[in-house]
Amino acid sequence: MRAWLILLLLPLAACHGPANSPYPAEQPGQNILYSAFSERPKHLDPARSYSENEAVFTGQIYEPPLQYHYLKRPYELEPLTASAMPRVTYHAADGRSLPEAAPISAIAYTVYEIRIRPDIRYQPHPCFAQRPDGSPRYVPLAPTELARIERFADFQETGSRELIAADYVYQIKRLANPRLSSPIFGLMAEYIVGLKDYGATLAKAAKGLPREAYLDLDRYPLAGAEVVDRYTYRVKIKGKYPQFAYWLAMPFFAPVPAEAERFYSQPGMAERNFSLDWQPVGTGPFYLAENDPNRVMRLKRNPHFHEEFYPAEGEPGDRAEGLLEDSGKRLPLLDQAIYRLEKEDIPYWTKFLQGYYDSSGIGSDTFDQAIRIGPDGRPDLTPEMRARGIELSTAVRTTIWYVGFNMRDPALGGLGDSARKLRQAISVALDYEEFISIFLNGRGIPAQGPLPPGIYGHREGEAGINPVAYRWQDGRPLRRGIDEAKRLLAEAGYPGGREAGTGRPLTFYLDTMASGPESKSRLDWYRKQFERLGVQLVIRSTDYNRFQDKMLKGNAQIFEWGWNADYPDPENFLFLLYGPNRKVGQNGENAANYANAEFDRLFVQMKDMANGPARQALIDRMVAIARHDAPWVFAYFPKSFGLRHAWVKNGKPNLMANNTLKYRRVEPARRVDYQGRWNRPVWWPLLATLLLLLATAVPAVRAYRRRQQAAARN
Amino acid sequence: MLAYIVRRILYAIPILIGVNLLTFALFFVVNTPDDMARIHLGAKHVTPEAIERWKTEHGYDKPLFFNTAAQGVAKVGDTLFVDKSLKLFAFSFGQADDGRDIAREIGSRMWPSLAIALPTFLVGLLAYIGFALVMVFFRASYLDFAGVVLCVVLMSISGLFYIIGGQFLLGKLWHLVPVSGFEPGWAGLKFLLLPVLVGVVSGLGDSSRFYRTLFLEEIHKDYVRTARAKGLSERVVLFRHVLGNAMIPILTGAVVVIPRLFLGSLIVESFFGIPGLGSYTIDAIQAQDFAIVRAMVFLGSVLYILGLLLTDLSYTVVDPRVRLE
Repeated sequence: MRAWLILLLLPLAACHGPANSPYPAEQPGQNILYSAFSERPKHLDPARSYSENEAVFTGQIYEPPLQYHYLKRPYELEPLTASAMPRVTYHAADGRSLPEAAPISAIAYTVYEIRIRPDIRYQPHPCFAQRPDGSPRYVPLAPTELARIERFADFQETGSRELIAADYVYQIKRLANPRLSSPIFGLMAEYIVGLKDYGATLAKAAKGLPREAYLDLDRYPLAGAEVVDRYTYRVKIKGKYPQFAYWLAMPFFAPVPAEAERFYSQPGMAERNFSLDWQPVGTGPFYLAENDPNRVMRLKRNPHFHEEFYPAEGEPGDRAEGLLEDSGKRLPLLDQAIYRLEKEDIPYWTKFLQGYYDSSGIGSDTFDQAIRIGPDGRPDLTPEMRARGIELSTAVRTTIWYVGFNMRDPALGGLGDSARKLRQAISVALDYEEFISIFLNGRGIPAQGPLPPGIYGHREGEAGINPVAYRWQDGRPLRRGIDEAKRLLAEAGYPGGREAGTGRPLTFYLDTMASGPESKSRLDWYRKQFERLGVQLVIRSTDYNRFQDKMLKGNAQIFEWGWNADYPDPENFLFLLYGPNRKVGQNGENAANYANAEFDRLFVQMKDMANGPARQALIDRMVAIARHDAPWVFAYFPKSFGLRHAWVKNGKPNLMANNTLKYRRVEPARRVDYQGRWNRPVWWPLLATLLLLLATAVPAVRAYRRRQQAAARN
Repeated sequence: MLAYIVRRILYAIPILIGVNLLTFALFFVVNTPDDMARIHLGAKHVTPEAIERWKTEHGYDKPLFFNTAAQGVAKVGDTLFVDKSLKLFAFSFGQADDGRDIAREIGSRMWPSLAIALPTFLVGLLAYIGFALVMVFFRASYLDFAGVVLCVVLMSISGLFYIIGGQFLLGKLWHLVPVSGFEPGWAGLKFLLLPVLVGVVSGLGDSSRFYRTLFLEEIHKDYVRTARAKGLSERVVLFRHVLGNAMIPILTGAVVVIPRLFLGSLIVESFFGIPGLGSYTIDAIQAQDFAIVRAMVFLGSVLYILGLLLTDLSYTVVDPRVRLE
């Protein structure tokens, strides 16, 4: 028994610090940020990665030429590796320079000239390792040498080199590489001069080569991207596309050295999972020191990271919140960031409360434990969270959820009066204040139009309400009553939810990707909302693929969907209602297939304008048209709630930037102190269990002996 | 015996082809290659050209079972089914849709699965048989009754409850073990305690009751009476004779499981953050990664067939009367 007890307690006794600490003994006290990921990243190649969970890593490793200012709002672009903002010039078809104010029809192409800072160096990586004669150390890699390499760390020699403009051009070419299936190739081929043809050229070139063989992109020039000198490159865009600057702040336009691709294209590399997708190469503040997506991802400070300092200015209020305390300090402020795979919410939340994760979101299950909604409707931390020194930060996401009407539907679609009033009636009846309160625990705000707060063109206050569904009362928007919705329904020709002529009851179909027991209450809510109008709603739950298929074919009638901004520009939301961008026939993102000639005309005008009163006026008109036509029920803008411990500093949410890790700071000594206090082991239950077992065993042993003696007597 | 083994291996081939055919048909009934491409390319900016490119790059641009454009044998040979299935028989699993090598991934993930499953299996087997023998020893007494009640109670509780309850009590309330996580090597021992304990306790009810029934059946046989008549103690009767003779049904249930221990457990691995093959499979199903699903189903079938073969062979070890011909 004693041996068993020792064996059982040995691993616990061997721990340094709290017995339940999930970290190795040497880590407490180090300048490390601890976080988690719930889904393993699929791609870390900047040409392929397009998911938020991947951006957590790629944003810290790769450096595009531009970035979003960490603190300023509205979101503002600033140079990152670029020495200044791109020099933008406009040209006619014959190459003549045109002024910025030239009519859009006259502009044949736009040139973005970007000059990068010298002396920026890549992270240490074996693709840069050199032999004494200057040739690459690991290219070509002899099969005998490769046979000795199992893990990436087995490449013992590394090197680095300076970042040059050619690396940026190389990456733009990679977007067209058919082997990479870049998610933005289709979109960028519409804008970057020659990219579409370049894709066809590469497809032809790749056809004869084995899948892993190196495809030398330098052999094929791209008309729309050229190197001017060692530190300058130009990108040529068809027509005028001011939003291109935002794309220059995404990892898609980060540099990739050709050496890396050559290194990874060697035979045997793919079988070992050595690829740019898994072992990225960048100039960012961190590099991926450990990549085990099944367990842990570890980012380490890049020893070659260039000079960059914590910003000295921000929004009003940032100083009071301590967000400018680190102004002027060299970035990054952390030595490491360790992300552990945590698929389930409960263990994640428990470890956060134990101090083993530095920050956490709030799930529905834990919301009541963490947050209480005050009488003014504002969320606040519960006393338990306050006692732990936990801090809350909230931000309205640049995302919209909406209920769309298929404008091709005979009953609900079209711009006629009857269908419009029908849609307006539904817009009034769907009470999203209630929805947000029941299903989101208040984590959202009702949408008044297609533009979320923080996006240029969004209006606050009375000027910003949707007059179809709201009226302004007592200084706040108030949803119109169900009677007004019923009146609209009657005006549409459906009094009491029945067709005026035939008396036939109205039945609509809602297509959704939500299914299963967890969605039942939400879908029931939709039914009840329609019932208030006397309209029957049939829910058609389908999986993601069937749903996409229905949308492409225009077979849905009513559907729920959402959009997450690519960049903070109204064009990125209003294009969701632009006629030529419709789903049916065009495969665009306008899922409602809405087409209003006036809206479309204004969109074309607005999309290329610089922000200013003239653009705001156009946006106001467009939003008014969309509200009036009601192709969507503007549902809500979700709000993100984040919790962080007292030892985590500079945690301002920035929903557009994905490279904010370099600004974070932790106080490790404080963390160790809290962890020790919160995790004192409780041994008595173990001892009690042992005693209980002993107490059960004693009568059993006695009974056994009695039996044996009885048997002997007999 | 060698002829028997060879024959069983040959039987396995049509079974595996059938399993592959079924997996393939079931998967593609609900997922077309276009659907797979859409899932992988994400929700934004997906053009029909991008879908075609993805299919070509990942080898999903061929017909499923019959290629009308091909000539001769290639009509059947140059199809998605043959292309994706034949290589499995050489244990060449290819790459997952995210580009990672499946064989390497299986190689690295089976150890964490085994690190949980093997101790759970061994400790569990000992605990279940031991507990069942104790109940049989004290049969018809209050201890036996209490044991059966405990078994029924344990059987009635959902497996998920043990996981969440274990995490709550030992990890959250008493701070004795990490709530979840995994580390390779000895450093990972502290992460194994809770999942192994949960695994053993959650199986205690039904397994012990099953073994108790087996032993009770044996205990009334003639050879047990003879053993008792010889004056052997009840302990020797139970542990040597009854246990020995009950080995065939025990092995039937236990040996078949051994090869499949590598495959891990879906729920336990997910809740405890164990990077094993169980979570690999469930992730692949969610991501509609056919390459992984196909490989794991194939591997599962092979290991199951291997388990059945080992079970048959184990009979010859515990019962000399059994001959495999």
